[in-house]
Amino acid sequence: MKYAWPWELSRSGVLNMNRRNISYIGRYNQRKFYKRVDDKLITKQLALANGIAVPDLIGVVHQQHKIQEIPTMVLDRTGFVIKPAKGSGGKGIMVITRVSNGCYYKPNGHEVTHSEIYRHVSNILSGLFSLGGKPDVAIVEGLIEFDPVFEGLSYEGVPDIRLIVFKGFPVMGMLRLSTAASDGKANLHQGAVGVGLDIATGNSLHAVQFDLPVDKHPDTHFPLSNIVVPHWETLLHTASSAYEMCELGYLGTDMVLDKNKGPLLLELNARPGLTIQIANGRGILPRLKHVEAMKSSTMSVEERVAYAKKHFCSNPIF
Amino acid sequence: MHSRKPFYIFVALLFIIGISTSIYRGIEHNVPFLPGEQVQSWAVDAKISFNGTNQPAEVNFSLPNDPAFDILVENASSPGYGLTISAEAKNRRAVWSIREASGSQALYYRVTLVPTGKLNIETDEVPVAPEAYLWPATEKSAAEQITEEVWVRSATNLSFAQQLMNLINDNDQSQNMALLLSANTPTNLFVHMLHSKGVPARIVNGLQLEDQRRRQQLTSYVQVYNDGEWELFDVPNNKKGRDNTLVLWEYTGNSVLDVMGGTNSLVNFSMLQDTRSALATSIDMMMNDDAWDFSLYQLPLEEQSTFKGILLIPIGVLVVVFLRVIVGIKTSGTFMPVLIALAFIQTTLLTGLIGFLLIVAFGLMIRSYLSTLNLLLISRISAVIIVVIFIIGLFTLISFKLGLSEGLTITFFPMIILAWTIERMSILWEEEGPKKVFVSGGGSLFVATLAYLAMDNQLVQHWVFNFLGVHLVILALVLVMGQYTGYRLTELKRFKPLVGEQ
Repeated sequence: MKYAWPWELSRSGVLNMNRRNISYIGRYNQRKFYKRVDDKLITKQLALANGIAVPDLIGVVHQQHKIQEIPTMVLDRTGFVIKPAKGSGGKGIMVITRVSNGCYYKPNGHEVTHSEIYRHVSNILSGLFSLGGKPDVAIVEGLIEFDPVFEGLSYEGVPDIRLIVFKGFPVMGMLRLSTAASDGKANLHQGAVGVGLDIATGNSLHAVQFDLPVDKHPDTHFPLSNIVVPHWETLLHTASSAYEMCELGYLGTDMVLDKNKGPLLLELNARPGLTIQIANGRGILPRLKHVEAMKSSTMSVEERVAYAKKHFCSNPIF
Repeated sequence: MHSRKPFYIFVALLFIIGISTSIYRGIEHNVPFLPGEQVQSWAVDAKISFNGTNQPAEVNFSLPNDPAFDILVENASSPGYGLTISAEAKNRRAVWSIREASGSQALYYRVTLVPTGKLNIETDEVPVAPEAYLWPATEKSAAEQITEEVWVRSATNLSFAQQLMNLINDNDQSQNMALLLSANTPTNLFVHMLHSKGVPARIVNGLQLEDQRRRQQLTSYVQVYNDGEWELFDVPNNKKGRDNTLVLWEYTGNSVLDVMGGTNSLVNFSMLQDTRSALATSIDMMMNDDAWDFSLYQLPLEEQSTFKGILLIPIGVLVVVFLRVIVGIKTSGTFMPVLIALAFIQTTLLTGLIGFLLIVAFGLMIRSYLSTLNLLLISRISAVIIVVIFIIGLFTLISFKLGLSEGLTITFFPMIILAWTIERMSILWEEEGPKKVFVSGGGSLFVATLAYLAMDNQLVQHWVFNFLGVHLVILALVLVMGQYTGYRLTELKRFKPLVGEQ
């Protein structure tokens, strides 16, 4: 049968969209703190103020006529990323991995002309990618040189680590690997592979693409069963401390591992998706309820990480 | 977390108020629950004729006031006469007057009656016991003998009256009865006999309605008081009770027609049956009641038709909320499908779908050219809007030339919405490829089609406009769905891999 019965899902502790919106986002995320995560520029500033490492900022384009300055900004860079400050769902992110002789190239080797960049940034400024079409600014960021431990795991893109942080406790995590289908982006609904991670160890548990289990990367054919994410402790720690930083109870943190700088906080998400459950092969609800049932909330970041590692670990499925 | 109780009480209240006001409207104002319902109405003409005697004349005519019929329209025509209608609660009368009436005179009164089905005539006041009729000496003993006999055999006023009537109409008449009937009409005899036993009874004048009858006269009936109600007896026909083709023209004991200063006065009735829309009838009735009533019927027709459209939006919104929250279908733009569905109502479904697809397809082609021009977003969308207008104009012209009148309705599409749709789809195409465009556009059109089917439904259109309480019910449903934390139908499939792995 292709469909599950609602009570079967409920027994498996699967969180659904309506319940996420009403019982978690609506209840634990105060509206006034949203701009801390919805505006990536503010997130960046907050992170820097809290001692959390982020990709370096090359420049910000606020106005149309400043678009011409982009080539000067990126002059000595090997690559860069242009993204809208208020974009959502990975929309409007342009990644340039190679700059040579004034020509720009995407991860897949396609050339990007100056006028394409101009139009893209112009679209960003007009608010095409921002929620509700509000005018936006474009952020130019340094390219992340991803950690070679993920060599062969990702196709044309940087793998990122998504952790769901509930009231400061990292409750579930996954590694997102871009594929040819996802066009170098790490968004699962665009076809990236999601690998569920054990909160205690950072070991892979289970992997999916388009909500279906996979055991090898579809493009690189790299086996996905024995991945160990390095710097796991730091990742948990960074994610957990993001709670103090943005004060959102139900939070998705996206991090990447840089070859030189270690874990970098890429962005925060006040409305993290639900596919992480499929990637982990289990529902997130029991963990959320576990945290909700805890009375004291005066634990430090270290205590929370330790608690999460103890209580939210899982036995590998394969 | 604050208590949910007030919320549920509020929703329940909305629900109850919505349902009960709708039922009230249906029952109290006779607004039909189904569209296209017909009711019968009767046009009754009363012609009063008399001969003038070259002196001042005053004609006092009783007007119908029967709870079994509502008066839709009434008017009187009487050239040269002064007319006053006295509207006493129980005794409505028209009074015509003139200084000098000579020769034969004709006055007309016309009324349109709508049956209400309330056939009982109830009264709060107990009528005073009638004075016993003084029988002429020749009839006295016969009458007393019969009444005494029947009185002993009866239990109530009603059974007494019933048995008296049976006896009067008995084929095997006793000598006593034959004697009485030779001197009295059956109706009079019946009333006299009732009065002699102190039973309140009165002679009333009724008009038997029959389609296309002319020159009808009022007939006498007898009402007998019993337990707060006046029961009707048709003595000559030995019938008790009444049906909805009998109008009690006058039943308060007053005369039907008084003419002063005239001779040979006569009233004739002619009538015509008519079928008309139940809705139009009840609206006319509501308009007749001057009482302030919160309804849209008081608006000018143009505003009414605007509201007929606007009031459909809650239905479309309800469909979208249901499909998104309970089913989980994704649409591009939250309420864009409702606006498209509104356009479909004007264009009809098939023409609308074809027109929409044609415009969007052409728009996408032109938009792909615009995207190479590196325009600012605002001017690009403005350009798309203008191009969409060109496309609509072109299609309208072509379909006109080809004689396809359906194509002309394409102008009903909201152009700004179309331009935004084209822009979004074009971006989607560039970012995620054509497949996503078809999925998201198809989802929107599917939702729009369902919303259209719901909004185009005759019954739905009838209800949302005539029973405004329905909107409170929709509001309650939307609020309840806003609280739904269960699984969406599409999630049952999406999360299927998570079942049974624990």
